[in-house]
Amino acid sequence: MVLSAQDKTNVKGIFAKIGGQAEEYGAEALERMFSAYPTTKTYFPHFDVSHGSAQVKAHGKKVAAALVEAVNHIDDIAGALSKLSDLHAQKLRVDPVNFKLLGHCFLVAVASHNAAALTPEVHASLDKFLCAVGNVLTAKYR
Amino acid sequence: MVHWTAEEKQLISSIWSKVNVEECGAEALARLLIVYPWTQRFFASFGNLSSPTAISGNPMVRAHGKKVLTSFGEAIKNLDNIKTTYTKLSELHCDKLHVDPENFRLLGDILIIVLAAHFTRDFTPACHFAWQKLVNVVAHALARKYH
Repeated sequence: MVLSAQDKTNVKGIFAKIGGQAEEYGAEALERMFSAYPTTKTYFPHFDVSHGSAQVKAHGKKVAAALVEAVNHIDDIAGALSKLSDLHAQKLRVDPVNFKLLGHCFLVAVASHNAAALTPEVHASLDKFLCAVGNVLTAKYR
Repeated sequence: MVHWTAEEKQLISSIWSKVNVEECGAEALARLLIVYPWTQRFFASFGNLSSPTAISGNPMVRAHGKKVLTSFGEAIKNLDNIKTTYTKLSELHCDKLHVDPENFRLLGDILIIVLAAHFTRDFTPACHFAWQKLVNVVAHALARKYH
């Protein structure tokens, strides 16, 4: 799966629309994921996952920052997220299926706030981008 | 409730009657940890998991594999009531062990491969179908009490 030039333009465009609210999107994606897919909470037994949780906000900020970093280095996502990839492979070891779930919830968050901007083409590009990020994060698992 | 045909029940029990639970369980768990190394995250206390050889020979892995497959045997004894059989175990895996249910699917598939390797041609496609259904039902039952 390769991101075309158009995909990259679409992803940069939608993230420009999200702008400084990326952190909120990150937190919302996590909250949605914990609600819709309760099994994902097994990776956060130490978290308060209730609505408005400071821990979820803080973690959402981290997730968003990583996505923004990937967008800013969209020609080399693997390089940009190399350290995160190591972390997930060696320490966190989140089962690969969960990256699809979070990606999906991020899309849902974007759709709920930016319906007009999330055209089918942009939707496809963003989905591919999120898949690519998930692939990078699990690339060193084995 | 899951419906099992007489043939499916027969295929499951005829294979199971020839399974060495200790060996098969140990092998299945070892392979899970080797093939999907991230599953080692649940077994930090098991000592040396540094290589396939270490994992296969690790006594804690072997013991735990036996435990897991013995429990699987309970499902086979209660094919018509697997949900209830695993209620408490499901709660345990969610509330205390915090195990992502995806791992149950992974282990189920590994078990099928171990059985296929052991029974070779006798593990026919029909056998595979019945056992795939069983491991899916078990995984589902173990995930059922998650919240």
